[in-house]
Formats: sequence, C-alpha cells, structure tokens
Amino acid sequence: MPSESDSSANEQAVIKCESVYKIFGDNAHKVLENSNGKVDAESFKEAGCIVGVNNASFEVREGELLILMGLSGSGKSTLLRCISRLTDPTAGKIYIEGQDLLAMNSKELIEVRRSKMGMVFQSFGLLPHKTVLENIAFPLQVKGQNTKESIRRAVEMAELVGLGGRENYFPRELSGGQQQRVGIARSLAVEPDIWFLDEPFSALDPLIRKEMQDEFIRLRKVLNKTILFVTHDFDEALRLADRIAIMKEGVIEQLDTPANIVLNPATEYVRKFTEEVPREKVLKVSSVMEPVSDSEQFGDLKVSKDAIVETVAEAILSQDKPVAVIGDNNETVGTLHASHVLNMLFGGKSGKGDEGD
Amino acid sequence: MKLDIRNSKPAQFAILLVVFFILCLAIGPGESNYLWRLPPLFKELPTVINDSIQFVMYDWWPIQVYDPDIEDFEEKALFSEITRSISSAFLFVITLIREIFLGGTKTIVAFTGWDFIDKNPWAEWPALPWTVIAGWAIVLGYKLQGKGLALLAALSTGYIGIFGQWEPSMQTLSFVLIAAPVSVAFGLALGIWGYKNHWVEAALNPLLNIAQTMPHYSYLVPVIVLFGVGDQAAAIATIFFATPPMVRLTMLGLKNISPDIVDAGMMNGCNRAQLLFRVQIPTARRDILIGVNQVVMQCLAMTVIASFIGAQGLGSNLMIALNSLKIGSGLEIGLCIVLIAVLLDKLSLAWANKQTDYFADLGFVKRHQYWLICGAILIAGILFAYFGGLIFDEDFNYLYIVPHNKGITTAPFWQAAVDWIWDTFFFMLKDFNEFLIVSILVPMKEAYLAMPVAATFLLVMGTAYILAGIRSALIVCGFLLFIAFSEYWDRALITAYMTTFSVIVASVVGITVGSLCAQNSTASKVVLLLCDFFQTFPSFIYLIPVIMLFGITDTSVIIAAVVYALVPAIRYTVEGLRNVPAVLHDAGSMMGVSRFQRWISIELPLAFPHIMLGVNQTVVFALFMVIIGAFIGTTDLGQLILKAISDPRGTGIGIILGLCVAFIGLAADQILRTWANERKKALGVA
Repeated sequence: MPSESDSSANEQAVIKCESVYKIFGDNAHKVLENSNGKVDAESFKEAGCIVGVNNASFEVREGELLILMGLSGSGKSTLLRCISRLTDPTAGKIYIEGQDLLAMNSKELIEVRRSKMGMVFQSFGLLPHKTVLENIAFPLQVKGQNTKESIRRAVEMAELVGLGGRENYFPRELSGGQQQRVGIARSLAVEPDIWFLDEPFSALDPLIRKEMQDEFIRLRKVLNKTILFVTHDFDEALRLADRIAIMKEGVIEQLDTPANIVLNPATEYVRKFTEEVPREKVLKVSSVMEPVSDSEQFGDLKVSKDAIVETVAEAILSQDKPVAVIGDNNETVGTLHASHVLNMLFGGKSGKGDEGD
Repeated sequence: MKLDIRNSKPAQFAILLVVFFILCLAIGPGESNYLWRLPPLFKELPTVINDSIQFVMYDWWPIQVYDPDIEDFEEKALFSEITRSISSAFLFVITLIREIFLGGTKTIVAFTGWDFIDKNPWAEWPALPWTVIAGWAIVLGYKLQGKGLALLAALSTGYIGIFGQWEPSMQTLSFVLIAAPVSVAFGLALGIWGYKNHWVEAALNPLLNIAQTMPHYSYLVPVIVLFGVGDQAAAIATIFFATPPMVRLTMLGLKNISPDIVDAGMMNGCNRAQLLFRVQIPTARRDILIGVNQVVMQCLAMTVIASFIGAQGLGSNLMIALNSLKIGSGLEIGLCIVLIAVLLDKLSLAWANKQTDYFADLGFVKRHQYWLICGAILIAGILFAYFGGLIFDEDFNYLYIVPHNKGITTAPFWQAAVDWIWDTFFFMLKDFNEFLIVSILVPMKEAYLAMPVAATFLLVMGTAYILAGIRSALIVCGFLLFIAFSEYWDRALITAYMTTFSVIVASVVGITVGSLCAQNSTASKVVLLLCDFFQTFPSFIYLIPVIMLFGITDTSVIIAAVVYALVPAIRYTVEGLRNVPAVLHDAGSMMGVSRFQRWISIELPLAFPHIMLGVNQTVVFALFMVIIGAFIGTTDLGQLILKAISDPRGTGIGIILGLCVAFIGLAADQILRTWANERKKALGVA
C-alpha cells in the first residue's frame, strides 16, 4: 500500500476535501464553532442540529474511481452534494483541480458545472417534457450551443450508452434502466472531467442493475474520468471501486482499496460489512501470493497478479505444482499453492473466527 | 361506571349543549345586554375604509396631468390616474377582441378619430364569420383530444350560432379572453414568488383563503369605486376573483417537482432563469395548466354576476330575462353559458393532460397541418359569408353573423314547458313551498335569531375546541368577534341559518347517494363524471330552474344551495369510500362481514375524514349560493352587499360584509379541515 500512495503523491488531486463538515440546523455554524472540533451526533442533536458530514478529508486522483459507501443516513449523499455544491458545507475546504470550490460565486460555479462536472441521479431527474435527445442535449443548450450542434452530439451520446433507435422517445416511454442510460448520457454530454454518480443503480431491478454495472465498467474504460460514486450496496462498491470510503454517521470509517478493506477492516463497523463477502470474489492474486523461493518448481500455468482469485481458482486447483504469478512485464513476482486457494475458499470461516477476538 | 370526560367527545358535546341551552334561556334580549348582542364597535369601520379610499383616489400624491381638452395642465391624484389608465387599457383590449369577433369601428376610431370614420364609410373592421370561429373551435378540440371534443365543440358553437346567441356569447368570450390571461399571468408570477420566498408564501396563504371565500358580489363594490362601471370594471373584478386558484396551483406544481430534477438542472449548469423557465415550469406544466382551467371556470362563473356592474354579454341578457320572469329565454341563455363553460373546461383540461408531441422529423405540412387547416377554414368561412351576402340579399346574412335574437329560438318551447309544469304541479309545489317555509325555515330562522351572542360563541368555540383543539378555537373566536363587533350580527345569523339548513340537507343526501354509488365501480365513475359536469356550471345557473319552480322565495335560494352543495358532498363521499385500501376489503371479507357491516365498520370510519372535507366544501358552496341568492331577495348579508353595489359610499360596507361572509366560511373551514387532517393522520390515510 505505501508504494501506491507514494507514486501518486506527485499527481495533482482532482478532488480534494479538507475537514468538510455539514451540519443541518438553524444554528449550525454557532454550534460547530462552540464544539472545538469535537463533533458527535448525540450532543449536536441536543442542540437541535443533525450531523450530515463529520470531518471528511480525502483526495480523489485523476482517473480514479472512489466510492462513498454507507447505509442510508450515513452522510454519503450529503458529502457528494457538498462536493457538487448542491448544498453548501458548514465548514471545511473543497478543491476541484486546485480551485477553491466554496469560494466561487454563482457565475463561476455555473461555469465549472457546465464544463467540468457531470452528475447522475438516483431517480434519474429527467425532464418529462423533453425527448431522449433533447434531454441529452439540454446541458449543451443551456451552455448556449445551438440546436443542431447539440443534437448531433446528443445522437453520439445516445449511441454510446446504447440508446440508438430510441432517440425520440419521451422518458415516460422508457424503462428504468433506459431512463438511467439517458441520465448517464446527459451527464457525459459536456465531456466533464469529473463524474458524480449518486446511487445511480439503486432504483433498478437486480438484473438490470447488474447489466448497468457492466455498462458502467465498459464506459469507464472508454472515457477515463475521475469518478465519485455513491452507493449503499457493498457488493457494488467492491465490484466497481478503485478505493472505497465507508461512512457511518457522517464519519469516514475507512478509506482503502476493496482488498484491504476486506482483509484488514479498520473498525468493527467495517468488519460487519466484510463478514459475508466471499473473499475470492474481491481479492486479487497479488494479495494472497507468497514470495518466490529459489527452490520452487513451477508448473506450466501462469496467472497475472491483477486477476481476481475466483476467476483463476479452478485452473490453479487442477495443478499439482505451485503456480507462478507474473507481473506487468511478464516477470515472476510470486507463487501460489493450490492449498492456499483451498484454504481461502473453504477455510475462511474458521480463520475469521480467530480474528474476531 | 366512571365517565372519562377528558377522552369522551360525546360526553364533552353533551356538556357543551347543556351549558348552551342554559345560556340561551338565561340571557334575555336587551339593548344594553352585551351577553345578548355585542356592541357594534366596528360600526365606523366602513366609513374609515371609504374615507381612506376617497383620500387615496382623489387627494393623495397630486401630479400635473396634461388635459388636451382644455389644453392645459391639471392637478390630479396619482392613484386615480393609475386606475384610470388601467381601466382604459382594459377597455381598449376588450373592444379590440370584441371587434375581431363581431366587427365594429371603435378600434379604428381609437387610432384616428370619429371624423375619419365619417369621411370614410368603408373604414369598418369586419367581423370574423361565425362559421370560422366554430371551425377553429372544432379543430382545436380535435387537436387537443380527438373526435369527441371536436363533436362537443361543433354542437356548442352550432347551438350558439343557430339560436341567435352569437353576439352576446362573443361579448362574454371577449371579456373572458382578457380576464383569463391576465389572471394567469398574475397568478403565475405570484405563485413563483411564493414558491421562491418563504415569507411571501406565508403572507399569501391567508390572503388566498379570504379571497377564495369572499362572495362574488363583494369584489364588485371596491372595483366600482376604483375602476368605474362597465366591461373593464367587470374584467378587473373577475381578475381579482380568478387569480387565487392559479397562485395556489402554481405553488403546488412547483413544490411537487422531484428534487432530483431541480438538482439535475443545476448540475447541468442552468442559471436561475434557465432553471425556472426551462426546468421547473415545464415540469410543473400539468398543475399550472389545471390552474389555467380553474381561472377560465372562475371567469365564466363571474360573467353573470359581473353584469351587475355593466358587463355586456350573456350575463346581462340573463339578468334581464330573469328580472322580467322570462324563464324560457332565461333557460336558453343559461344553456349557452353552460355550453361555453363545458366546452372551455374540456378544452383546457385536454390541454393540461396532453403530452408533448414529437415534431423534429416531420415535414413542413405535417408539422403545421393544424395551422394550415385553420387558414383554410378562415378562407372558406369568408367565402361562405361573401356568398351568403348574395343569397340573403335583403335579409340578415346568416353565414356572417347571426344577429341577436334573430336566430331560431327555443324560448317559446321552454316557456310552454314551464307553464305546463306550473299548471300541472301548481298545488303540489305551492304546498311544499308553504310547508317548508312555515314549518321549517321560519322557526329555524327565529331560533337562530333568539340565540344570545354569548351562547353562540360558546357553542362554536366549544365545538372547535373539542374537534380541533385550542388553537382552532381561538382562530374561530377571532373570526366571530369581527362579525359580532360589526353591526351585521343578525344578518349573519340569517345567512348562517340558511347555510346550515342547506349544508345539513346536502350532506345527508350527498353522503347517502355517494355511499350507494360507491358500492359499484361503474356507478362511481358515472356519478363522478356527473359531478364534474355539474361543477362546471357557473353558480348562477342553478337559480334559473328553482325560480322557475318556486318563484322568488327563500325556498328557491335554499333549494339552489342544496343542489349546488350536493356536488362536493357526493364527490368526496365516493372518493373517500373508493379510496379505502382494497386489502381492508379483503381482510373484512375473510372475517365474514356483510356488505352493510363492511360499510358501517370498515369503509365509513376510514373514509369519514375525507367525507368531512367534502362537508367543508359543501359549506363554502352553500354559502356562495345563499349570498348569490340575494338576487332573488333574501334578507341576509347578501342583500346588503347587493345594496352596497348601488350605494356611492358602499365600498366600506361591501368590504366589511364580504369579510363577514368569508369569516363564516373560514371558521367552518378551520374546524372541519383541522379535524379531518388530524383524523386522517391518526388513521394513517393522509
């Protein structure tokens, strides 16, 4: 882990939050000032305030997908709304590509939203009186682009999200999944650098949700955006995220890669989430391999260190000899025994019991 | 057995009634007995209002105005100049619209002068032939909904044209066409402001409540002082009356927008104007257009009443017919008003419910087909009118404009029908009439008037306290105090007695009929449609048949009020009963309840709060009708308001009387609505 954060320290953070607080209530500012930095939900409730976000500090790097995960009321959506400035945080600093977001006046804010930000909403937020194309073209037209140009771009976007042939439908004529495709296309129409998704797939049926997640993965590969994604679904977070921030009562409990969260939950709360997670579905080969010893005899099979364990498990189990793990440049970086994999697949429960104490 | 008075509402009511009757018996009438009648402390209020309006109109902020007649500057009050220019602007637009429909010279005169017309006899604005307007109405109906509405448009315009009511109908329409758009614009602006600003909303709500419970008549009085008499004054009074529902529906529509849509608009980089006009208003389109529908209906409801201050058109013809007891032609004109109301109602509703169409890919002809058809109708209509001029050489050109009362008339037929009813049922009607007046209405009226003011306060406030809590009791007390301190308490009691009687009859009949219909889904649908239909009738129309049957008596007013107030009673009963969740029906069935048991012990208790909201509406409707009934000659508040219209210093009186009526309605509304909403919350059906 340290090596990863070192290498990216040079890159500029696209989104940077410093001690962001969001307190709801009429006298929020006063109560926060009087608290001397000690914010807890109980005492604030007595003062008539509700803590939405409590001292959130983190960075999102260029091209990274950070997921804010938490149950309802955990403050994840509030934090996203602060970063998109749909609500103003009570205290703290937020920088977007180095610019102080909270210092912007409404004109500058509109400019940032028109050029740098795109957002997808849980209940889609489509304009009921506009067709698919008109909805997608809307942010462009708001910017002042003429109808012909904006519609041409909207046609491209509709094609990209797989809505070809439905361009002239109205939102009411589309299924939930299709409506969210429109929402996605619209949020991408202005080619934003930063992409916010607020529980984009939560309103969809499980099957459609899976389909839309696959679609999202595909789009992400094509587009390479910096993404802040909010979900209450831990599986979804594990599946999609580069890093996950798990929130509880406004506090970020742990911010780490999916594998580290599953292997080393920082708090009891996080551990509860990870308990039921099948590790082979989350962990990469690199996090379970052993260092290479000289005497090792490898079989023919080689696996990439970035592969998810589940996808290679069957092949490894059919081998008699240890399997070589290779890195990006095809060099051998580690070794994997069938017994390791077996232990992980079936012995996980007892192992966890020991940790629990 | 110990009776827990704190929790038993019947026990509380019993105590309340006992104290009430003791008070009634103990307090005798007396001039100086304040428990009998409160002193008229607000007696001077009308004069104060009059004086302040006079001051503002004629003395406040004098300005120099150039008068072309005497070619010099004159000193005039700013406010009267403002109202005068508003009046003349309205009058100009009304005349313009009227001349588009009916032809004329006044608009040309306005730009040139009478001399020009005298010198150039050709200079007259030609009217649109009635066939063109009828054709347009049909096309509009077809475009908005389809064949059914087109047929309705054809029948309505056909009836109006053939039966010689075209001219007054177009006069009425011209006045709606100015009042409605102005009301919509005002209502939209106020509604948006109220939506954006919490304080404005808080200030608007009580004003809207009063405005919507003030009787129609009381709008006329101040308008006469400010804007004079005539079509323009009628239009302005109508605007005051028609704007409140638009404000309410605009606020409602904007509030109901999903927050995600607004957020999405902001994240798409809308500025405030773009957010309002391209996101919020289009999304709230349906509610806003329902508001437009309400405005149009209110405008039509005012047409008859506005004729008191000089609006021309169907309304004034109806008044003349009724005043001279020409019931036949009154019915014919009434039918015209109903047809216009129903047609405009259906057209505006169809507009509200119509979803946006997709146009981008279509060709020019396809995209503009309705405009092209309308153009074709215009040309065809003009050609017809031209040839009509050749055919009806000597006579009237029936293909151009059917002159007033020169079409076919059904009045003799209606008159014959009325005469027949009179001849056949004379004694029956007379007996019923006498029975009602002698045995019920007069004793009831006397009982109301014999109530000491202290007892009335106790009864009403006690009821408010038991049903809706201390806050409602205090609010109701405020309303009552205002009426008691004015000098119109006795009149208000008469209004209250007529309203009470109408409400009780309407509620009993309405709830019974509603409950029966609600047992069957087809019957429910039919009865709701009928309610819709009867609700589009301007209230004045209800008076025509009752005058026909019972002549000019209190009975007529009360029967009209009962019939008018039946509509909400039935509607809310059916809605309430039909909205009882199906799962409760199933649960009841599985417990083996009979249909009657289901009604008594499952449906009625759950639907009762909603039914009480219907009774609340019944109060407002009955009150309106009782006041309008003053036209037939009742002796309550309405009669005084009607008098105030023709009194040069009647403004103050008119406003105070209007407030008295509004406060009666609002007091009932406060009690019933608070109770119904609390109860709905408690039952979890809100």
